[in-house]
Amino acid sequence: MIPRIYIPCDSGAIALGAEKVAKAIEKELKERGVEAKIVRNGSRGAYFLEPMVEVATDEGRVAYGPVKPSDVKSLFDSGFLKAGHHKRWLGSPDKIPFFAKQTRLTFARCGVIDPLSLDSYKSHGGLAGLQNAVAMAPADIVSQVTESGLRGRGGAGFPTGIKWKTVLDTKSDRKYIVCNADEGDSATFADRMIMEGDPFVLIEGMAIAGIATGATKGFVYIRSEYPHAVATMNKAVAIARKAGVLGVNVLGSPNAFDMEIRVGAGAYVCGEETSLLNSLEGKRGVVRAKPPLPAIQGLFGKPTVINNVISLASVPIIMDKGAAYYKDFGMGRSRGTIPIQIAGNVKHGGLFETAFGLTLGEIVDEIGGGTASGRPVKAVQVGGPLGAYFPRALFDTPFDYEEFAKRDGLIGHAGITVFDDTADMLKQARFAMEFCAIESCGKCTPCRIGSTRGVEVLDKVAAGIEAEKNLALVADLCNTMKFGSLCALGGFTPYPVMSSITHFPEDFKPAPARVAAE
Amino acid sequence: MTMQAASTEIASRTAAIVDEMKGLEGPLLPILHSIQEEFGHVPKDALPVIADGLNLSRAEVHGVVSFYHDFRAQPAGRHVLKLCQAEACQSMRSDAVAAKVKQLLGIDFHETTRDGSVTLEPVYCLGLCACSPSAMLDGEVIGRLDDEKIEEIVAEVRS
Repeated sequence: MIPRIYIPCDSGAIALGAEKVAKAIEKELKERGVEAKIVRNGSRGAYFLEPMVEVATDEGRVAYGPVKPSDVKSLFDSGFLKAGHHKRWLGSPDKIPFFAKQTRLTFARCGVIDPLSLDSYKSHGGLAGLQNAVAMAPADIVSQVTESGLRGRGGAGFPTGIKWKTVLDTKSDRKYIVCNADEGDSATFADRMIMEGDPFVLIEGMAIAGIATGATKGFVYIRSEYPHAVATMNKAVAIARKAGVLGVNVLGSPNAFDMEIRVGAGAYVCGEETSLLNSLEGKRGVVRAKPPLPAIQGLFGKPTVINNVISLASVPIIMDKGAAYYKDFGMGRSRGTIPIQIAGNVKHGGLFETAFGLTLGEIVDEIGGGTASGRPVKAVQVGGPLGAYFPRALFDTPFDYEEFAKRDGLIGHAGITVFDDTADMLKQARFAMEFCAIESCGKCTPCRIGSTRGVEVLDKVAAGIEAEKNLALVADLCNTMKFGSLCALGGFTPYPVMSSITHFPEDFKPAPARVAAE
Repeated sequence: MTMQAASTEIASRTAAIVDEMKGLEGPLLPILHSIQEEFGHVPKDALPVIADGLNLSRAEVHGVVSFYHDFRAQPAGRHVLKLCQAEACQSMRSDAVAAKVKQLLGIDFHETTRDGSVTLEPVYCLGLCACSPSAMLDGEVIGRLDDEKIEEIVAEVRS
């Protein structure tokens, strides 16, 4: 057997030097006259170990990481093609604690297979869900998804099955499946990883959604900041079309479904579903008022399922193993698994898929291993730029939609940014307002003007001008934005702002007092 | 080339792109991306051609072009360096990275060096949040920026 070497082509791994490592390995193979097959896989998601190179042996795969180009020569000297020992040796990837503790359902294949090999996809359980779906009545597929308890993983947490049912029940000559891959929230990269590491699972999920609701056309709207994901998805769609997974007869059935990849243009607000639809139609990415719901009047005025990447990518396993299997994971009304993305100033950053229910403290301290800087954790922002900052005092909060809502937070797209004690929460609150001002689509006043006023008032607080009075003004402004904005951009910007003020009041004291306290 | 000839040239190349893509559902964004790829920016002279081809008003096309951060009215420098300034990178001192790069290049965000070698831009998230602070140089991703990597990047764009 020719040895197989796996080198990730995920952009996170590339950002850490995977391309250079691949080149060095190729060169070394050539110079030594050794034959081996290099497979470019996705990332398994442990970015503290990337670039993580794996070698397939008779006893399974063995990982080495983080590998630097300068390690390559010595890896060969240590016989790494036969799993030889080396200072970068990590052993079987499944036994590395970061992976061993996970429950991988949606990300089962991510980092394991060649993302563009449909054969590998199938041999790792791919297409089983779609195979089942083509033999079922649309209403049965929808009830299976409803029964699984899957909720929108983009942040809103709306039950996916109910959304699908509305589209199924709305009569129309044309319906659409739109995948929201405009993953603009800082600390989130799950969508990117799936699109780069297991694109067929998203294609399969969209085809199932199409069959379930009577939609024949799908769009994936990917942000332009993800060129690698765009390239991989385009290639994967072409392969799927050629293999009959997409087209007029999906897997040989009478169901037609095809899809296109579209690229955004740098507007954060297009991650909001109605503004994304406008953008797809070729308009300014301005938010639409709801109702009408996109499920009734969505893309080009037609009934449209608009789901996040992870929601759609979780459908194939539900259709393969059944609703009960998926529902069995999780707690309360948060069923199944969630890919938690641990980011920022953290020692063991990466993607950790697990059932709902771990506490924030377990995620940050035990799995994340604390800060990268080695300093104490001061705050963690959960749910991206529109998520609340949590202090250590709230680290007992279980990772669950309702539990986070109870504590004035949200889990959003499940990204967690860790900050050490050098963070200035006034600065973070100001940034939240500034970001809202930069990215506001301009349609509604509380967001467009409120965010700019918010920056100004917080600047006054920072300058020590009537801090108490101005903080009361910020609270009032946040209240207006929260209840008066059309979408989550203006409506949720108050979360990071108010949580900073509530949990870290010392950072908002007038400047002289702050200096005196130090 | 005279100005008029240049504008005719832009119009004909734009018309070819519009013709090729106008059959798409919602063709405007793909067309604008193609035009930016063709010219390095979205030239003003392209707008009436697009409007005409898609049966839109010039104001509508201008409205779309100006809404999105990606579309440039002017060509960028030979290199485009984007530094992530979003929260995950902030937690790893992306502000210090930005300050150092600005100082080494002698420009601020949204500016191009006088020799036209590089345009510097902030970006809000590259999805490399577990490898912060991160950057993108001409579409290539770079993670865990440190002084050494910053100096390497600056040397590369300056050469």
